[in-house]
Amino acid sequence: MHDEFRSILIDADRCTGRMRCLRACPTQAVRVRNGKATLLRDRCIDCGECVRVCPNHAIVPQTSTFSDFSGFNYTIALPSPVFYSQFGKDVRPSAILSALRTIGFDDAYDVASASEAVSIAIQEYLDSSDTPRPLISPFCPAIVRLVQIRYPNLLDHLIPIESPMEIAAREAKQLKMQELGLQEHEIGVIYLTPCPAKMIALKNPPRKKHSYLDGAIPISDIFPNLMRALAHQEKTDGKPEISGLGLGWPIVGGQVACLKAEERIAVAGLTDVMRVFDEIENGKLKDIQYIECHSCPTACVGGSLTVENPYIARGRVLRMVERYGSEPGQDRQKIRTLYQENFFSLAGTIAPSPVQPLDDDISRAIHKMHRRNQIFDTLPKIDCGACGAPTCMTFAADVVKGDANADECVFLAMKTFETISKNLLEVVEKQSRKNRGGPERGTHDA
Amino acid sequence: MDNLFSRSFSIRGKNFQEAGSVSTEIKSILKELGVDPSVIRRVAIATYEAEMNVVMYATEATLTLEVTPKAITIMVDDRGPGIPDIELAMQEGYSTATHEMREMGFGAGMGLPNIRRNSDSFAITSSVGGGTRLIITITIN
Repeated sequence: MHDEFRSILIDADRCTGRMRCLRACPTQAVRVRNGKATLLRDRCIDCGECVRVCPNHAIVPQTSTFSDFSGFNYTIALPSPVFYSQFGKDVRPSAILSALRTIGFDDAYDVASASEAVSIAIQEYLDSSDTPRPLISPFCPAIVRLVQIRYPNLLDHLIPIESPMEIAAREAKQLKMQELGLQEHEIGVIYLTPCPAKMIALKNPPRKKHSYLDGAIPISDIFPNLMRALAHQEKTDGKPEISGLGLGWPIVGGQVACLKAEERIAVAGLTDVMRVFDEIENGKLKDIQYIECHSCPTACVGGSLTVENPYIARGRVLRMVERYGSEPGQDRQKIRTLYQENFFSLAGTIAPSPVQPLDDDISRAIHKMHRRNQIFDTLPKIDCGACGAPTCMTFAADVVKGDANADECVFLAMKTFETISKNLLEVVEKQSRKNRGGPERGTHDA
Repeated sequence: MDNLFSRSFSIRGKNFQEAGSVSTEIKSILKELGVDPSVIRRVAIATYEAEMNVVMYATEATLTLEVTPKAITIMVDDRGPGIPDIELAMQEGYSTATHEMREMGFGAGMGLPNIRRNSDSFAITSSVGGGTRLIITITIN
């Protein structure tokens, strides 16, 4: 489990131990040891909250760069629909695709229409399957990881349907293979990603062996080049505009807006997602058919590798949906037929990946929980983080697991220091009295 | 006694805001103890239903969790109106929930039956005007 790919890496040379990541991590996956942040890989869900807060840019997303694709004969950029919201309000999606073709990619392919197709497939799945409700959207890789490590009971609630980026990548590849007579391995398909989490969906795609994507470049890396290209672009290249409700997918509620199920909700931000997941585990929310889930509080437009203010970007997405959303980008009947042919289905299962318990043996785990609570009782309970653990409770657990020493708590150390200094002061005082020839008080000697 | 982990929680009646928090906390304890997820799910459902019964009908209660390597026991002792006819209360669909509770999605008459379904042994005693006591046991292996 420890060699599984994680989408972030901490650069120890840049880390100055300022502990912002320690506090920001929603799954307590960061520890600061010897003044440097380290990652507990089995607890990390790749949400990227740490990337956002690090003042030294020491948390490096493990994304791709242009040069990674030099080995391909043909490259296709697949911009996340978030990309359309990063530029001025009058920049049309089709213009952005055209501009991408001028900055080093051989072609650019829209993902929003795949999102619309996937929405239709989800609707079909909702109408025809009897798997446990509520169904949970599996398109945010951090949410899938969260379910794997914290909510293994909910794995069969994740819809087994391929993500829009995979559908688009597969289509783009097939199209170019036919058109240009190329082999699949000669074509590189590159996602322009709003967050590092998408990298785990590429490296370890859920329910299947290989992704159709060959890499992902941060939106923030492509942005400056594209701005320049857009400035030099001709007004229009005659290509039809991107249309359909799939354009709304990167904002909270964008997925459920495409569905017809009566009971459907959208939840964003890990705190609220976990609250909803707890309710499902308690046997509630069975009336709800579909839950759209995002790890980022403002959904994908708020990903840590975007450029634009997420609220501005959200406004632009809404405007695009208003302008181009009413015109369907997909033929519903055709998608239904494809759905019947399992075009969207994923057959494999997603394995649970639970966080290490206090001990693998339950008797020993019970014993350690007693010890942990005893240690916790001696701690100040102010979660200062000076020991390198995010909370006093996680610190106590680290101590019983042997990953930390109790004396690393500055408050415990201060108490020890207080006792030692009190004793020492008494000795010193006694000595000076003796030297002055004063009366000696023997009662404190014990 | 070293093979026993025990912890008590208090639940206040009518406190809908915190309803479910005990169940969530118990879940996280069991996860840390490495209890099998399918067992945790049954405990979660039983605890949640018991907690909701207290919130909806009783004044207050103490919920005690006991974990041994073999079983999980949940005892709920409430101070409240009690149940006059336990046999009736155990029937699916029977409920004394008010209109307001039903509006909030409760009162389907599935609480107690659901607790029994998810436990390996289940005992209930009650005195009218005094309170109700549930003892729920779910075995681990």
